Formats: sequence, C-alpha cells, structure tokens
Amino acid sequence: MRAFRLSDSPIDAASLRVSLEDPAAGGCVTFEGWVRNHNEARAVTRLDYQAFGPLAEDEGEAILAEATTKFALRVARCVHRTGALAIGDMAVWVGVSADHRDAAFAACRWIIDEVKRRVPIWKNEHYADGESGWLHPDNTPADAAGQR
Amino acid sequence: MKIRLLYFASLADRAGRAEESIETSAAVPRDLYAEVAKTHGFSFAPERLRVAVNGALAPWDRALADGDEVVFLPPVSGG
Repeated sequence: MRAFRLSDSPIDAASLRVSLEDPAAGGCVTFEGWVRNHNEARAVTRLDYQAFGPLAEDEGEAILAEATTKFALRVARCVHRTGALAIGDMAVWVGVSADHRDAAFAACRWIIDEVKRRVPIWKNEHYADGESGWLHPDNTPADAAGQR
Repeated sequence: MKIRLLYFASLADRAGRAEESIETSAAVPRDLYAEVAKTHGFSFAPERLRVAVNGALAPWDRALADGDEVVFLPPVSGG
C-alpha cells in the first residue's frame, strides 16, 4: 500500500486509523481537513479539487518518506481527495503513529504543511453568488527541482 | 520537435484546454513557457510556477527532447 494516495471517493478515516497501528507505537495523531462554508469572507457552496496525478502521488510519497527520516515515527499516511466535494466533506487526512507524542504531533503538522505547499493539487471554490475561482496562493514558493 | 503540454487549474481555463501537442523550437522549458504564455495569454510570471517534464519536477533550463510531456504548475492549493 502506498503511504500517500489520491482518492476520488470519500475518505474512510476509521479504516485509515487502523493502518497506523504498530505494537511499538504509543499513540497516533491524525488531522482531517474539511471543506468549510466560507473563505476570506465569501460564502462557499462547494469545491472541486484537481490533481496532476502521477506527480502528486510521487511528491506526496516523498513528503511522507522525508517525515519518517525527520521524526521518530512508526507509520505515516496521507490521503487527499480529488473531484467534487460538498461543505463538511473530508478533503485530506493525515495520520502518523509514533512511540511518543512529541514526534507524532510535530510530524502530523509538518506533513500537512508540506502537502499544502508542494503537492500539485488545486482547489476551485464555488461561491454563493455563482462565481468560482481557482486558488493560487501568492505565498507558494516556486522552487524548481533541486533547489530544495 | 513535438511537445505535449498538460494544463491544470487556471492555466487550463485560460488555455481553454487540458492538453495540446505543439511543434516548437523551444530548447528549454523557460523558452517554451514564454511561447505558450504568449499564445494563451498566461499572466503568471515563470517565478511563480514550477515545471515538470515527463512527470518529474525539472529545472527551467532542462534540455527538451522530441516527444517530451511538459506541465507548468501554477501555485498549488490542496489541503
């Protein structure tokens, strides 16, 4: 099973949690990202996520591999949705297990931040006024391969 | 030479297509972006984009070859 994957169907957090289990682990930390009904003061009705599939999965896999070298983890996993999502749907799930909580909390936070910064996935927000727009944050570093 | 381009998010909207194959003399992605940005009216400066060649992130001065697949990646917004 790949540690990172894209999913075009709803994320099953309960079964993913089981995948974190390890007899040596003292706990797990998970993060669920949900679709919220507003962004920057605009009412949001739904979202579409588009991914450049092969590179998104490779980059996600690289992030999780880096996490396991940076932090003392037993298991690290992440699933990100693609396609059309409604308010309240789970857009992303990150889970890590570790012998001790400090590594688990830090790694979970680091992974979601790196996924948002690096993995080629784009969000198209549909607003209550009928408009829609792709989000392209200004603060995203445009670093090319080899500059990291 | 012939290059296949894939477009995502606002670049696909602006180009009005998700992919195209073009004949080009561009030797590296930097030159290719300048060419397609002019064709389709892309407004991103290259500094805000990353580039992938044949499915892997690549530097802007990587040599292009006939049949390569090139993707210009706009700033991402997953999560």
